[in-house]
Amino acid sequence: MYKVFQITNLKKDFGANQVLKGINLTVNAGEVISVIGSSGSGKSTFLRCLNLLEKPTDGKIVFGDVVQSSAETIVVSNCNVLDAAFDVTKYRSKVGMVFQSFNLFNNMNVLKNCMVGQCKVLGRSKEEAKANAIKYLQLVGMDKYVNARPRHLSGGQKQRVAIARALAMDPQVLLFDEPTSALDPEMVGEVLDVMTTLAKSGRTMIVVTHEMGFARDVSTRVVFMDQGVIAEEGDPQQIFTNPQQERTKQFLSRVL
Amino acid sequence: MGFFNTVYKIITTYWKQLLIGVGNTMLIALVSTIVGLLIGILVGIYRTLPPARNGFVRVLQKIGDVLLAIYIEVFRSTPMMVQSMVIYWGYAFMSGGKTLPLLPAALFIVSINTGAYISEIVRGGIISIDKGQFEGAQAIGMTHWQTMTKVVVPQVLRNILPAVGNEFVINIKDTSVLNVIGVVELFYQATVISKFTWATFETYAVVCVLYFVMTFTITLILRRIEKAMEGKAHFDLVEAPSKEAM
Ligand SMILES: Nc1ncnc2c1ncn2[C@@H]1O[C@H](COP(=O)(O)OP(=O)(O)OP(=O)(O)O)[C@@H](O)[C@H]1O
Ligand SMILES: [Mg+2]
Repeated sequence: MYKVFQITNLKKDFGANQVLKGINLTVNAGEVISVIGSSGSGKSTFLRCLNLLEKPTDGKIVFGDVVQSSAETIVVSNCNVLDAAFDVTKYRSKVGMVFQSFNLFNNMNVLKNCMVGQCKVLGRSKEEAKANAIKYLQLVGMDKYVNARPRHLSGGQKQRVAIARALAMDPQVLLFDEPTSALDPEMVGEVLDVMTTLAKSGRTMIVVTHEMGFARDVSTRVVFMDQGVIAEEGDPQQIFTNPQQERTKQFLSRVL
Repeated sequence: MGFFNTVYKIITTYWKQLLIGVGNTMLIALVSTIVGLLIGILVGIYRTLPPARNGFVRVLQKIGDVLLAIYIEVFRSTPMMVQSMVIYWGYAFMSGGKTLPLLPAALFIVSINTGAYISEIVRGGIISIDKGQFEGAQAIGMTHWQTMTKVVVPQVLRNILPAVGNEFVINIKDTSVLNVIGVVELFYQATVISKFTWATFETYAVVCVLYFVMTFTITLILRRIEKAMEGKAHFDLVEAPSKEAM
């Protein structure tokens, strides 16, 4: 088991507004981490700093890049993501991201959405990319919709395609930023089901969510963020039944 | 009877000259709009570049930005007739009397003029694209160039097509100012023909109809293209697509 992320003292300011005030977190391969916390506590900013959609102001993110892997051995090279010479685009292809607002490419059908990154970023052939895309579209139950455009799909369907698009890049870790918050209640289930399947299959995932059921039942660790810091973390049972911090108790009493 | 007789005579006698005029006008307008669109897209891609990490490159980038802004403002703020005089005679002045060949000069002038306008149209188009489209592309590791060419520009093109079509129509009409440097477009032909025939009104009436036919045809064609770019209103479910993929 290797460490996918070693995050130390991560800070992010927006002008005078310090949003992240020193985050420390280590993410092991295979972990499913739920990040919970009230609105404005910096959860999205934290996730966006991880794949450099936001540029952190200070701190360190060490990524465990799998350079070679076979059944017995895994060779990992630890690299500092914030290093000036670091190849950001290549790194992003290894860190999948699923957004609250889906962000599917409106000018492409479902299949192309799941192929374009593989072809352009990973340099895969069309045939290879297509086979891989369909494999993951099947996993999320959207393989019949290869010809549909995003505007033809419901929110839940869009999000499942977005998950397939991220998976098709064969990333080492998946980041989810409130993947079900923009969905009608009856569509939340279909997306959570897919995420649960992924979690059970051993994927490394960091999930920012307001779905307390998912955090409690599916994740291996829960991180509670408050005002730009991690106020408490632990296994789901402990956080949900026996929180140590006063602010965790307050938050949970409001959302449960 | 006089009017129609004269018109008939003009057409039968000078159809070749008129056709050359129409051809050159269309050629200049078409090529310039396409080149102008390419300029506009490249400028748009450049101006949305994220600031480079390297400080020196960042300074160069900034200088490029300023130069582009100057280009756009200068060409949008002066009449094309004046631009053609300055460029054509400016070249002659610098080169010690050599003049530019007319057709390439015309294509050059109208292209960069159109490029300045379309750059602004493209900029508006890029701004109107949802930020999520950029982030979705960046998040799977696409470079700025890939993000723009694969995801953003195709959507921008569909949105700005009416505005670009409008530029095309304007170009068909505005190539007439190139007669000041002697480009053989339709308006220039009209001045020549009217000098021969002394039938100024009738000649320009014919030319007027020709301009209208050109612009209106283009308008109709563009509507068609717009419709086609909208794409299908429905899609078909695919059964067992995995077999197809093998
Ligand atoms: N681009 C930005 N510029 C300035 N301030 C920002 C920016 N993005 C986020 N912020 C601020 O950072 C703070 C944290 O925002 P963030 O989106 O990370 O919160 P969150 O925990 O994800 O909240 P929510 O649960 O509502 O999604 C907020 O106060 C927000 O206003
Ligand atoms: Mg958020």
